[in-house]
Amino acid sequence: MKIRSSEITPEHVYLARPSRRAFLKLALAAAGGAGLVACAPPAAPTLVGPTPAADGQTDELGDAVNRFEDIVNYNNYYEFTTDKAGVAGLAAGFTTDPWTVEVSGLVNKPKTFGLEDIRQAFTSEERIFRLRCVEAWSMVIPWNGFSLSEILNQVEPTSDARFVKFTTVSRPEEMPGLSNPLYPWPYTEGLRLDEAMHPLTTVATGLYGRDLLPQSGAPIRLVVPWKYGFKSIKSIVKIELTAEQPATLWNTVGPSEYGFYSNVNPEVDHPRWSQASERRIGEISRRATLKFNGYETDVADLYAGLDLAANY
Amino acid sequence: MNAPSTAGRSAVAGPRRSTPKRWLGALVHLGALIPLGLFALDTALGRLSPDLIRDVTLRTGLAALVFLLLALAVTPVVTVTGLAVLNPLRRWLGIYAFVYAALHLSIFVAIDYGFNAALLADAVLMRPYALAGLAALAIMLPLAATSTDAMQRRLRRNWKRLHRAAYAAGLLAVVHYIWLVKVGVIDPWWYAAVLVGLFVLRLPPVRRRVSALRKRQL
Repeated sequence: MKIRSSEITPEHVYLARPSRRAFLKLALAAAGGAGLVACAPPAAPTLVGPTPAADGQTDELGDAVNRFEDIVNYNNYYEFTTDKAGVAGLAAGFTTDPWTVEVSGLVNKPKTFGLEDIRQAFTSEERIFRLRCVEAWSMVIPWNGFSLSEILNQVEPTSDARFVKFTTVSRPEEMPGLSNPLYPWPYTEGLRLDEAMHPLTTVATGLYGRDLLPQSGAPIRLVVPWKYGFKSIKSIVKIELTAEQPATLWNTVGPSEYGFYSNVNPEVDHPRWSQASERRIGEISRRATLKFNGYETDVADLYAGLDLAANY
Repeated sequence: MNAPSTAGRSAVAGPRRSTPKRWLGALVHLGALIPLGLFALDTALGRLSPDLIRDVTLRTGLAALVFLLLALAVTPVVTVTGLAVLNPLRRWLGIYAFVYAALHLSIFVAIDYGFNAALLADAVLMRPYALAGLAALAIMLPLAATSTDAMQRRLRRNWKRLHRAAYAAGLLAVVHYIWLVKVGVIDPWWYAAVLVGLFVLRLPPVRRRVSALRKRQL
């Protein structure tokens, strides 16, 4: 059951090059599945610019980016459903326009950004990051975004600000999962201010060179690559600077299992399962999980002197 | 079949396995193929999870749990409906539960962890969810091994005592499931509710009352 390397980077399958697409159809038909073509994901959404994602894209460790259709069909987004394969279907058509992000709290210049403001004010670049889910699977994703610090610098946090709280949109009529009473909706997450200001902490509005799809947290989400995936909050409507550590959804429902920090750490297990290894989506066997998800040299300084086992 | 020792029991219990509805048995065997059929269908439709190993691990685990609950449901269903003809189905339902559970563990050990002893030890030792699953399978092993007519005769009354452990296996399997999902995921609790319902129906006072109620209805 080996995944062929030719299947790893299918961007060309979806974008632009008709000859490749025709070849794919032919190949599918040849595989005895002419009907399968109808089951392929819908046509690509609009590009936000030239696609930087190309054959052979890898992260800085040399690992290939995951296939686009795997990234957009395997999602944890409990506002829609707890079924990872079911999110894409339920999230299709989710309203992301108009959209505003309120940045407020302990700042000198609170501001509410429209999506266009954000697109114009900040320059997106491609950032290829590993995403390590707390459930012990991972992907490599070519995001399009910019550092959160750019937004924060614009609103000027006051000297009292020590944390940043993020809130996801809550729209019960479009998000059936919000009826699950076991979670304290809306979804909230938080970072220490210095974590939030770190250049790797990214605000993403796209992946694979296109606008985010709803299941990936459209239209705007956080990506904190050295932390477990649930810290990378989706579909953000509010960013607040606070003096106190904000309550976060997962830390509220399972304080012993999901710490405020939730840094990827193979040495600190989830109370019920090991975090020592993970499966990269698209691979069969497991690989060792890297401390801080492989970003140790970039972020370890943030936690100097901190007991990572106690501050999980 | 006609040995003197069993002749008496046959007279009380009615005709033996050969007569009660072969098609019912065939239905169980066909039913055992359903998870494979669904897997083939989802493969053809491209609906397999991108995490293929997790996908097949979950599928086989779920199949094992469903067959185990079905096996445990036979007696309560007979209590409620009086359809004693269903009783012989329990054996193969239980065997298929064991087969899927064994497949589930094999995938975990051989494919997911590729027989990597260090990773496996880390994934299993001191992990209650993994140990509960292992314990469930460990209980099902002797039950499957003693599921033949010959073993049933040989163990006499002890056979029934031994096979009551199927409930413990069911409980461990459900706990295994509950312990591996994130907080607030309710799916495994449906199976827990079914298990509790089946167990309550089996409690002697409940069972007597249900039987009496049914006979009065007739």
